[in-house]
Amino acid sequence: MLTIGRALRDAIVAHAKRDHPDEACGIVAGPEGSDLPTRLVEMVNAAGSPTFYEFDSTELLALYKQMWDRDEEPVVIYHSHTATEAYPSRTDIGLASEPGAHYVLVSTRECGNSEGPVDFRSYRIVDGVVTEEEVRVVESAPEPATPDLTAPHRSNH
Amino acid sequence: MAIEVRIPTILRTYTGGEKAVTGDGDTLAGLIENLEAAHPGLADRLLENGDLRRFVNVYINDEDVRFIGGLEAPLSDGDQVVVLPAVAGGS
Repeated sequence: MLTIGRALRDAIVAHAKRDHPDEACGIVAGPEGSDLPTRLVEMVNAAGSPTFYEFDSTELLALYKQMWDRDEEPVVIYHSHTATEAYPSRTDIGLASEPGAHYVLVSTRECGNSEGPVDFRSYRIVDGVVTEEEVRVVESAPEPATPDLTAPHRSNH
Repeated sequence: MAIEVRIPTILRTYTGGEKAVTGDGDTLAGLIENLEAAHPGLADRLLENGDLRRFVNVYINDEDVRFIGGLEAPLSDGDQVVVLPAVAGGS
């Protein structure tokens, strides 16, 4: 299950809508081992394409070095599909290389750049096997130091 | 001669879980050959048809090796090498 703060979820959706019809991409970093996404990093899609995304290689290194310095890891890796459903493509599966991450897919095929329904789904992708998981949206991002998650929440489907 | 090589999570099965290993070589190709001897299987995850895999990034002192000679990029003692899989996909 992915637990994510509403503000982070909304920011990912806003990024996807803004970049439509190109695919948007980025990560949400979190403290190593916490499984809690806390810090959104929007990345430039170096492919600038409606059917492909790739982090720029120099920005990718800068991002990882920043995470290593802060003892963080990529808790969420997200990208959008702009004409298809929010499900990992064969390319997504073949290139997935963070077995510990939640792969979030957002589909903007219905809403485009404007208001309207957005699919926001999360998956584990390990050794070519995709497993969809529940997304739990909480009102405030849980604090890494307090594992007791009693904040009010609504599930998001 | 010692070159530190940062290994990404997905390749740590080849390094016994180690985040970083050391190796040596005068070029990136030489370093990969040297690493393969100590960590069998690693080279195949970095190379394809005699070149670097398209979706694996290797950096020497923060420079993407594609811009500094690829497999022939020169190395010297104390250099820092980072391996990072591309974050990429497509619909």
